[in-house]
Amino acid sequence: MGSVADDPFIRVRGLRKVYRKGDREFLAISDASFAVAAGELVALVGPSGCGKTTLLKILAGLQSYDSGEVQIGSAAHSFDPSRDIGMVFQQALLLKWRRVLQNVMLPAEILGLPTRESRERAHGLLAMVGLSGFEDKYPYELSGGMQQRAAIARALIHDPKLILMDEPFGALDALTREKMNLELLNIWKKSGKTIIFVTHGIAEAVFLGTRVVVLTAGPARMADNIEIRLPEPRTLDVKTSEAFGDYSRRIYQLLGFG
Amino acid sequence: MAGETVRRYGLAILAHLALIVVWYLVVTYRHVPAFIMPSPFATVATLGGTNYDWIGNTLVTASEIFGGYFLAVAVGVVIAIAFSWSSTAEAAVMPLLVSLNMIPKVALGPLFIVWFSYGIFPNTIIAFSISFFPILLNTARGFREVEPELLELVRSLRSSKWQTFVKIQLPSALPYIFSGMKVGAVLAVAGAIVGEFLGSSRGLGYLMLQVQVTLDTAAMFMAVILITLIGVVLYGMVIGVERLVIVRDARIQ
Repeated sequence: MGSVADDPFIRVRGLRKVYRKGDREFLAISDASFAVAAGELVALVGPSGCGKTTLLKILAGLQSYDSGEVQIGSAAHSFDPSRDIGMVFQQALLLKWRRVLQNVMLPAEILGLPTRESRERAHGLLAMVGLSGFEDKYPYELSGGMQQRAAIARALIHDPKLILMDEPFGALDALTREKMNLELLNIWKKSGKTIIFVTHGIAEAVFLGTRVVVLTAGPARMADNIEIRLPEPRTLDVKTSEAFGDYSRRIYQLLGFG
Repeated sequence: MAGETVRRYGLAILAHLALIVVWYLVVTYRHVPAFIMPSPFATVATLGGTNYDWIGNTLVTASEIFGGYFLAVAVGVVIAIAFSWSSTAEAAVMPLLVSLNMIPKVALGPLFIVWFSYGIFPNTIIAFSISFFPILLNTARGFREVEPELLELVRSLRSSKWQTFVKIQLPSALPYIFSGMKVGAVLAVAGAIVGEFLGSSRGLGYLMLQVQVTLDTAAMFMAVILITLIGVVLYGMVIGVERLVIVRDARIQ
């Protein structure tokens, strides 16, 4: 994990995005700047309507922006926008008509990767996310948490350098969510990917992130960029530590709580 | 699972048989005159009559229904696909089609006869015109209701338009296409028969008008049953293909 200062993998500077609806303008992001080193797990936290999702879509190349600079890739870590992005959404969005294995293979098919190798990879990834034996099930035969794990495997199938996650566990119940957080840390450690994780859960952001970028709504702006130094590997014990409380409190304050 | 299937089919078949039994009992024990309501046996017996050309007339009606229906499926799905590719086309053409759909298709029958003369063709066109719109409407809706985030997911992989269509949009829309096809199947049957009533020299609808004059009610019953059977075969085919193509969870009931 290189330090951010030397050779950032993602560099966002003075990013501004305005939505226009007729004559009216909505400021979605004003002047966001942050950098992410390769292999970091950065949490973007903020209330609904603060532009987190917009920021993620801009990083994915799905949306334009009005001014500023977004640069992904560095000398040490090249980046090909067509095949180095994996996405996970709040809904698993598995294709109902495909079995789990074929769902995981979708990005590989679109990118035209060799079938046999990607099938082997898909088996490996499903084992990693704990879905061995479910390859031939249809999505409706899986629980919500299992569907989301399959979606994570799908995001990893083409071995992208950057994983963008938009509230991936937001639709799950609290306990499943805790479990998925631990598993995500595990997957992140094993895969060594750079992950950007959008959430409105402050505890979730502090627990997962090596860095938390705090965005506020009304007016939408970037409030802070906090490096989280908590003992590794992170276990549930971390959540009861004093440092964890301090980070959380600081983010609550930035978001206007007390 | 298997037991449940047997139970369901068993009950369905029993209900059909029960209707025939009730029909038989009512006619026999209430002494209903045969020109009002013939018995099931008398109805089936008309098939033996040589002067009605049951096979020929059934084939004519079936070809009108199937021809009009499959034409409607093809045209409806193709137009819906075009709409999904061009929102301008949809915005321009859809309102026009909605207006055209308000025309009672039956009212067009006499016109079709003027344009296309008597016969199988104008009746096929009536069957087409009446079953086309629900197929188009449902299919178009299927294409509209594709999860936007799913489209973003494949867009982030820079998928081609064709890949997006084949891998995401078409399979997402398929349950809706079948839903429209089921509605259309019922309407196509009605369309073809109305066409035959309005003007034709062959077909089961034509035959019904002929035997009405001689008060051969049993033959009318038989004609209705055969028309229904054609519809059942068509509907059954649609449902059969749907089961093959669409995962249980995605079917629209």
